[in-house]
Amino acid sequence: MKVPLKWLQEYIDITLPATDLANRLTMAGIEVGGIQVVGGNWQNIVVGQIVAINPHPNADRLTLPTIDLGTERHTVVTGAPNIKVGDKVAFAYVGAQLIDGHTGQLSRLKSAKIRGVVSNGMACSEKELGISDSHEGIMLLPSEAPLGAPLADYLGDVIFDLEITPNRPDCLSIIGIARDVAALTGQGLHLPEISYEESASHIGQQISIEIVAPDLCSRYCASLITGVKIAESPKWMQQRLLACGMRPINNIVDVTNYVMLEHGQPLHAFDYNRIGSKEIIVRRAADNETIVTLDGIERILSGDMLVIADKERAVAIAGVMGGANSEVSEETTSILLESANFNPASIHYTGRTLRLPSEACMRFERGIRPELTLPALKRATQLIIRLAGGEAANGLVDEYPGKLDRAPILLSTSQVTRVLGVEFSLDQIVGVLTSLGFACKTSDSKSEVSVTSPYWRSDIHQAVDLIEEVARITGYDKIPDTMLSQPLPKQNPEPIINLKKKVRRSLTSYAFQEVITYSLTSLEMLNRLLPEPHPLEPMPIRVANPMTADQEYLRPNLRANLLTILCANRRYEDGGIRLFELGRVYLPRQQDLPEETEVLCGILSGPRLVKSWHSGGDLLDFFDAKGVMEGLLSQLGVEASFEEGSDESLHPSKQAALVIAGNRLGVIGELHHKVRQAFEVYEPVYLFEIDLTALLPFTTSYKMFQPIPRFPATVRDLALVINTGITHKRVQDIIKGFPLVNQVAIFDVYAGEQVPPDKKSLAYRITFQSTTHTLTDEEVNRVQRQILDKLSSELGATLRG
Amino acid sequence: MLKQLEEIKSTALQELEDISSIKELKSWPVRYLGKKSELTKILRSLSTLPLNERKNVGAYANKVKVNLENSLDQKEQVLREAELAASAKRKVIDITLPSRPFPTGHLHPITQTLYEICDIFVSMGFQVVEGPEVEWDYYNFEALNIPKEHPARDTMSTSWIDCENESGERPMLLRTHTTSVTARIIETMQPPIRVVEPGKVYRYEASDATHTPMFYQIDGLAVDKGITMADVKGTLYEFARRFFGEDRKVRFRCDYFPFVEPGIEMAIECLVCRGAGCRLCGNSGWIEILGAGMTHPQVLERGGLDPEIYTSFAFGMGIDRLPMLRYGIDDIRLFYSSDIRFLRQF
Ligand SMILES: [Zn+2]
Repeated sequence: MKVPLKWLQEYIDITLPATDLANRLTMAGIEVGGIQVVGGNWQNIVVGQIVAINPHPNADRLTLPTIDLGTERHTVVTGAPNIKVGDKVAFAYVGAQLIDGHTGQLSRLKSAKIRGVVSNGMACSEKELGISDSHEGIMLLPSEAPLGAPLADYLGDVIFDLEITPNRPDCLSIIGIARDVAALTGQGLHLPEISYEESASHIGQQISIEIVAPDLCSRYCASLITGVKIAESPKWMQQRLLACGMRPINNIVDVTNYVMLEHGQPLHAFDYNRIGSKEIIVRRAADNETIVTLDGIERILSGDMLVIADKERAVAIAGVMGGANSEVSEETTSILLESANFNPASIHYTGRTLRLPSEACMRFERGIRPELTLPALKRATQLIIRLAGGEAANGLVDEYPGKLDRAPILLSTSQVTRVLGVEFSLDQIVGVLTSLGFACKTSDSKSEVSVTSPYWRSDIHQAVDLIEEVARITGYDKIPDTMLSQPLPKQNPEPIINLKKKVRRSLTSYAFQEVITYSLTSLEMLNRLLPEPHPLEPMPIRVANPMTADQEYLRPNLRANLLTILCANRRYEDGGIRLFELGRVYLPRQQDLPEETEVLCGILSGPRLVKSWHSGGDLLDFFDAKGVMEGLLSQLGVEASFEEGSDESLHPSKQAALVIAGNRLGVIGELHHKVRQAFEVYEPVYLFEIDLTALLPFTTSYKMFQPIPRFPATVRDLALVINTGITHKRVQDIIKGFPLVNQVAIFDVYAGEQVPPDKKSLAYRITFQSTTHTLTDEEVNRVQRQILDKLSSELGATLRG
Repeated sequence: MLKQLEEIKSTALQELEDISSIKELKSWPVRYLGKKSELTKILRSLSTLPLNERKNVGAYANKVKVNLENSLDQKEQVLREAELAASAKRKVIDITLPSRPFPTGHLHPITQTLYEICDIFVSMGFQVVEGPEVEWDYYNFEALNIPKEHPARDTMSTSWIDCENESGERPMLLRTHTTSVTARIIETMQPPIRVVEPGKVYRYEASDATHTPMFYQIDGLAVDKGITMADVKGTLYEFARRFFGEDRKVRFRCDYFPFVEPGIEMAIECLVCRGAGCRLCGNSGWIEILGAGMTHPQVLERGGLDPEIYTSFAFGMGIDRLPMLRYGIDDIRLFYSSDIRFLRQF
C-alpha cells in the first residue's frame, strides 16, 4: 500500500519527520518498506504560466513560449506541440537537475542555443521531472497551481510504501493509516465531511436488490446518480491515484478507486441504463456460466463463485471484477454505485481460481467490516456529484442480511500482565484503546474495562487482540526481557536425532563431505539407477503441482542425487571424492502420510590420498567403503556381518549386504557400470547405504570396558593353501572359535603360479593371549595344531610348504 | 708415586684435548680409566704401600680419577653437540614444501548452523524434536488458524501431494514451515513444554539467489504456567546475543502470524552497515531474523491445552539466511548445488 504523506496529512497533522514517522509505524506493525521522495531534486524549478507563444525564426517545428513566473519572464525554445497561452507549466532555471529524456540520467540544465535562439531554462515534461515516462509533451499543471511557487512545494511529496499484514485490511486505506498515526502521535483526526443534495425521486423506485446468497454477501448498498457527465478526473485526483499505483480512467471509475484508497472499501460503478431489469440479484454463478470482464476476457465461472446479476445475466463477478456489459463508458449518464461486503474466503477462492488478483479482491479477502459500506458509498456519491455533476436519488438501498451483534470484550489489567509480563494501569490501557477508536466502558471495578471495537476493525475478537493493541502502540521496547523462570521440563531426547548426529560426525572423521540435496527428483533420474529398465515398484510419491519436471517425485533413495553431484564435481575435481548425505526418503503408504525413513548414503571414487608431491596414485575401492561402514558400525556398537548382496544398481559380484541380527539394513558395493555411465561417471564408484531408522534399535549407546591384557601375547603366522571358493570369513570364524585366540588378521591373499590352480594362499597372523598367565610355547603349539586339524578337516586347507 | 699420578693426569688430559670425534673418544677411557690402565693399577696397589703413603697416594689417585671422569663427560657432551650441529646441516629440509595433506570431511554449513542453534536452545532447557516433512493440511494450516482461503496461505505457496480424499481435496502437502511440528507437539505433549523443531520446509517457488524450493527452518515452543511476552523477548534476545555476538543490537516490533497473538518480529542490526542502511538490509539498517509471539489461545485449545491455565510462546526462523549473513554468501542455491569447492570452505 502506497501512502503519499500529503494525502495522509489531509486527515492528520504530522509533526514528526518522515523517517521518524516511518519508524513508529514499522515498530507498531505497519512496516514501511520504502520511502520515496517525489521532487527531492526539484531545486530551481517553479510554477510558471505561458503568456505568449512566438514562432521560431529558423525552425517550423519549434516555438518560443514566454513564461511568466510572477516576478520575471523568460522565453524558452520548445518543440512540444501541446501548449497554449494560459497553460501552467513547470519552469526549470539553468542549473536545475533534470532527467535527460533520452539517456534517463540525471543531468544539470545548461543554457543552450537552439537553431540560433538562446533558451534560458525550459518547460519540463513529466519524464524530465521523474514523475512518469511521458516525454511527448510538456507537463501541464492544474490552473490553480500558484504562480512562481517552487514545484517541490506544490507537487513534491513523500510516499511511504507500506507492507500491510493480512489481519489489518483497515490499514489498506489512507484513513486507516491516519487512525494508527493518531494513536501513535496523539494528534487529532480530521476526516472529510460527507454530505450531498438528494433529488426527490427515491432510489427504491428505481432499483431493487435481492441477495440470494446471504452466506457470501452480508451486505449490499447502492446509490444512484443520474445526469452525470463522463470526463477525465481532475489532475489532483489523477496524481494521487498514480502515486498509489493506480491508473486514472475517467471521473467515475477514478472516484471509486479514490474512495477505496481513502476508506478501504472497494466500490463498483455500473452504467445504470445497461442493467436490464433494474434489479440487482446477488447470486452464485451457474456452473460454466460465462461473463466478459472489463479487461475484455471471457471468464468461465463455477457454482462456488458469486456474481452480481440482473434478471438475464451476470453484470459483475462480485468483488473481483466488473462485467463489460455494464461498464461505465463515455455515453453513460446514470451510475448505480455499489458498496457491498462479500465473504472473504469466497472472494479469495474466486480471485485465485480466475487468476484475477486486484486491489478490491485484496481488501475483501482479508475481511473488511460490513459497516464500512455506508460511509464509503456516501463519500463516493458526494465526489461523483462534485466531479461529474448529476444528482443523487433520494436515499440508498441497503440489504444487510449478515448483520452481527458484536459483544463487548471484557479486559482486565491482570490479563494484560499475564500475557505481556509487565503491569499496565487501567488508565494506560483505556488511553491506548481510546486513541485507536475503541469504546471503553469502565465500571466500579478499577481493574476491568468493557471494550467495543470500532466499526473499521475486523481483527479484534478476544482479549489477546486488545492486549496486542496495548503492546504495539506502547512499544515492545517497554516490555522487559526475562528468561524463562519455570522449572526445567523433563527431557526425553529422540534417539534418532542423536544417532544422526553421531553418524554425521563419524562420516566427517572419515574425510567424507556432507551434502544436502533436494528431496524432489524425477522418474528419469530414478530410472538411471536401473541397469535394465523396468517400472519402479512402488511408484514414488508424486507432487501434484511440480515447479519443474526434474522436481516431480519425492525421492525413494538418496543415490540418484549423489551420483548427479559426483558427475558435476568431477568436472573440476580430479582428486578423491567422498560424499555422504543423511536425509529422509519417502515411501508411499495407503491412505496415510508417507513413511519417512532416515537413510545414510555415501559414495567414494578416485585417488585414496590427496595427490601431492609425496604420493598419490592409489584408487579408493570396495574395501575403503567397507572400512568406513565397519568403523561407523563399531562406533555405534552394532554387530554386523556382510553377506552376498543382490542390489541391481551395484556390480553383481562386487557387492555385499549389511546384515544385522538377520536383517538386511544396508548395502555396499561398486556401482554397476551401466548405472554410473547413465550418470555420466566414467570411473569406478563405490557406494554404501544404511537405513538408519531400522538400524536404531540395534545401536548401543555405550560399550562395555575391555580390560587391557596383563600378560604378553604370542604371535604365530600361518600360510594356508585352500580352494579358491572358500571365503576368508569361513577360515577366520574357525580360527576365532579356539580358546586363547585373541586376534586373527589376514595379511596376504595370493593366487598364481606359486600355488596349484583352483587354489589360493591365505596368510594369517594369529595372536594368542591369556588373561590369567603368560603362555608357554607348548600351550600355543597345541592350539595351533588343533586349528590346523580343523581347517584341514572342514575346509581342506593345507599348510603352504 | 704422586709424580707418576701427575704425569698420568696431564698425558690423559692432553690426549683428551686432541680427540675430535666420538669414535676416537671410545678408546680413551679404556686407556686411562680401564681395568688395565696405569691409574687402576695404582689404585689396586694401594694396599701394598705403607700406611702413611697409602693415605696420601690414595686420596690423590681418587682425585685424579674423578677429574678424568668429569673431563670425559664434558668432552663427550661437546663432541655430541658438535656432531648434532654438523648432521643438522647435512639433513636440512625445505620447510616451504607443501605438507602431506590428510583428507578431511566437513559438515554442511546448514547442519553446522542448525547444530549451533539447537545447542543454544538446549542449554536453555529446550528439547530438539522432529516431525514429518510430508504433512496433513491440518497441521500445516488449519491447526494454526490458517483455514482454507486464508490470505496467509498466499504467502506460503504450497506443493501438494498428488492424492485426493473423498471430497476431492488434497489433504497432504510438503510442509511450508516447521510450525507444523508445533501444532503436533501441542496435541501430543503435556506441559511443561520447551521444544525446538528444526527441519526442511518446501515452497512452490522458482529458484533464484534468495529462494529455493526447499530450505531449512527451526520453530520453537514453550508452554507452561506464567510464560509471558517478556520471556519471549528474553529468550530470543539471549539466542541473538549468543549467535550474533554481544554487541549486536536487537529490535522487536509488532508483526502478524495467524498462530500467535500478540505477534512480534525480531531483527538485528545490519551486519554490513551496522544500522546506517545498505543494500543488504534494504536501507532499513535492520535484518529480520525471526517471527514470534504468544501462542494464540485458539491454537492451544485446538490442541487440547487450556489457555486459561497455560500461556505459551512460539517462534520460527529461516536457517539458510544465518550462514549467508555470517559468511557473506550471496546466493542461497550454493547450499544445495553441492559444489565441493563451496562446501569444503566451512
Ligand atoms: Zn545494511
